[in-house]
Amino acid sequence: MVPISYYLILSGILFACGVTGFLIKRNIISIFMSIELMLNGVNLSFVAFAAQWHALSGQIFVFFVMVVAAAEAAVGLAIIISVYRTRETLNVDQVDLLKL
Amino acid sequence: MTPNLHLWLIPVLPLLGAAINGLVGKKFSRQAVVSVALLFSGAAFALVLSVAARFSTLSTPHLEFLATWIRAGSFQADFAFYLDQLSLIMLLVVTGVGFLIHIYSVGYMWEEAGFYRFFAYLNLFMFFMLTLVLSSNYLLMFVGWEGVGLASYLLIGFWFTKDSAASAGKKAFIVNRVGDFGFLIALFLLIKHFGSLNFETVFQGVSPMSPETGGAGLLTAIGLLLMVGAAGKSAQIPLYVWLPDAMEGPTPVSALIHAATMVTAGVYMVARSHVIFDRAPSALTVVAIIGTLTALFAATIGIAQTDIKKVLAYSTISQLGYMFMACGVAAYSAGVFHLMTHAFFKGLLFLAAGSVIHAVGGEQDMRRMGGLKEHIPWTFWTMTAATFAIAGFPPFAGFFSKDEILFRAAQVSLVYWGIGVFTAFLTSFYMFRLWFMTFFGTYRGTEPAGEGHGGHDAHGHDEHGHGGIHESPKVMLAPLVVLAVLSLVGGWVGSARFEKFLSPVFNAAVVTPAAEAAEHGSEMLFTGISVFAAALGLYLAWLFYYRRPELPQQIASGLGGLYEAVVHKYYVDELYANLFVKPLIAGSSLILWHGIDRDVIDATLDNSAHGANEVSDSFRHMQSGNLRSYAGWVAAGAAVVIAYMIWMGTR
Repeated sequence: MVPISYYLILSGILFACGVTGFLIKRNIISIFMSIELMLNGVNLSFVAFAAQWHALSGQIFVFFVMVVAAAEAAVGLAIIISVYRTRETLNVDQVDLLKL
Repeated sequence: MTPNLHLWLIPVLPLLGAAINGLVGKKFSRQAVVSVALLFSGAAFALVLSVAARFSTLSTPHLEFLATWIRAGSFQADFAFYLDQLSLIMLLVVTGVGFLIHIYSVGYMWEEAGFYRFFAYLNLFMFFMLTLVLSSNYLLMFVGWEGVGLASYLLIGFWFTKDSAASAGKKAFIVNRVGDFGFLIALFLLIKHFGSLNFETVFQGVSPMSPETGGAGLLTAIGLLLMVGAAGKSAQIPLYVWLPDAMEGPTPVSALIHAATMVTAGVYMVARSHVIFDRAPSALTVVAIIGTLTALFAATIGIAQTDIKKVLAYSTISQLGYMFMACGVAAYSAGVFHLMTHAFFKGLLFLAAGSVIHAVGGEQDMRRMGGLKEHIPWTFWTMTAATFAIAGFPPFAGFFSKDEILFRAAQVSLVYWGIGVFTAFLTSFYMFRLWFMTFFGTYRGTEPAGEGHGGHDAHGHDEHGHGGIHESPKVMLAPLVVLAVLSLVGGWVGSARFEKFLSPVFNAAVVTPAAEAAEHGSEMLFTGISVFAAALGLYLAWLFYYRRPELPQQIASGLGGLYEAVVHKYYVDELYANLFVKPLIAGSSLILWHGIDRDVIDATLDNSAHGANEVSDSFRHMQSGNLRSYAGWVAAGAAVVIAYMIWMGTR
């Protein structure tokens, strides 16, 4: 059996990739994908622990996260389309109407 | 049976007038303001007259308790009024002369802006003065004492837009504060040793003490401190400097407050406290010396003044000196007698001087007057009466009172008497100098035009100008005539009868007819000498300022430095400025302002604010507005938290 630490390290690497992508990417779609990556990194650790301790709650949590992520994807992509229509760009640095 | 006299109404009536005029008078017409002011001050006068009419049926002193004011432990101070012969005379003088001056002010102030304000202040002054005179304890007296100071301040600075008037008001207030300091400490001593400030309780406590021990210096200390207060209020050496400057106020104010009533409060207070002074002979000596010196000192300054009101101001100081001299030789009734006659003739002198100033369009310099006798005959004749009264010619009022003071002083020490007679000579000289310079000779000023005194702002206090030298309106002349009559007949009551009237207050030994007859011869001699001194003053003034007007200039240049010193009032103002004012300003500015306020208090606040500013400034850069940097901070924060947890977990 694969020890749980492997899953956790992979989960950490996924999460770190997500964070890094979130911080350095300028394209909204990429940022969005980085967020999904972070969520899935967390999901991986949930199911890893659930398998380790034979507890269902972790898996249930993963379903919740997936549902929220799906809803978020729907809303987020709608916003992205709307932004692109009005601003004709997906660069976050140029979407700065609220900045002073 | 003690009938209810409603004494409390006497001060409260003018207070009502002050409240009405002061609060809503701005919307009134001038006629309405005048009717309110005259109604309430006149009503107070009428009430005093009715009290005076019933006075002989009263058992004196009459005490009227109104309400408890302060009760702390065994100490109690009440709103209570005290009527005896002394306060009755003061009441008559204050309300009578005060009412006349109210009438006069109607004409004098008619053209002024702030008409309602003037009458509100004037009524307020009456309220405080009557409180002072009527109070049955030192604390209520002190309220009146401070209140008249306040009214005086407000009225001196009536033309507050003028710098000199505003600072004269401040000077009067601050110099008075020095005196009040002494008065207050005297009150503290009284509370400490007698547990009360009621006149009756204190005097009962004082009575058993003998003059020799004087409560082991206690009464001397109280007496001296009371005298400090009196010297401040009544403009005696060394605190007289505010009174000449107080002439910046409107002339009716000078007449009412700075001649007839408020400045005599000190005399009243000393006379009221005679029980204490009687048992503190050394304090009494100090009173006499201060009075005598002030009388002489102010009279010499008065000789060289050219501003008509300044001459009268120094004359007032000098006459107040006479009153203190009288109190100092324990001749309180003579002092109060002079207080009364002085209120008549000095009030008249100021009012007549105001009428002169009014006539020549605001000019106050006597060198630019002259020959006014034909133009303003009413003013001339009333002023003549007052001048003869103050110079001490019989049968005018001033003669009787001054003669009595000098006679009583001579019985104590011939030094007092000698200086007093010399001062009487000086008084006669400078008053007739004023008289001759103003009314005789030829007119030396320019024809007063509409606003033709812009060239000498320093003297153009009273902004009157109607064109041409003209007599004042009847509303101003009527009080002059009444006061002129009083200046003439006011002394006829005679000092002996006056003293008898006041004897229940002062417990004076009634002089037996035989002793009186024995004194009569010497009294005649003293009287002759003082009348001669007055006549000599008249003659010299006539010689210098009528017959040979070039003489004073020659004498002045002959005297050189002495004359300069007198013209500059012996440089007392300069001395005080160097001795007290400048060190105070330097200390306040260098130590208190620069040293403490700026370098300690301000610096503490400033530096903590600067520190907060700099710390915040460094944090400000975290909030760049760049979203990803925020996210980076969040991630970094999370990393730190995780690292901490791990570190805690591995321990």
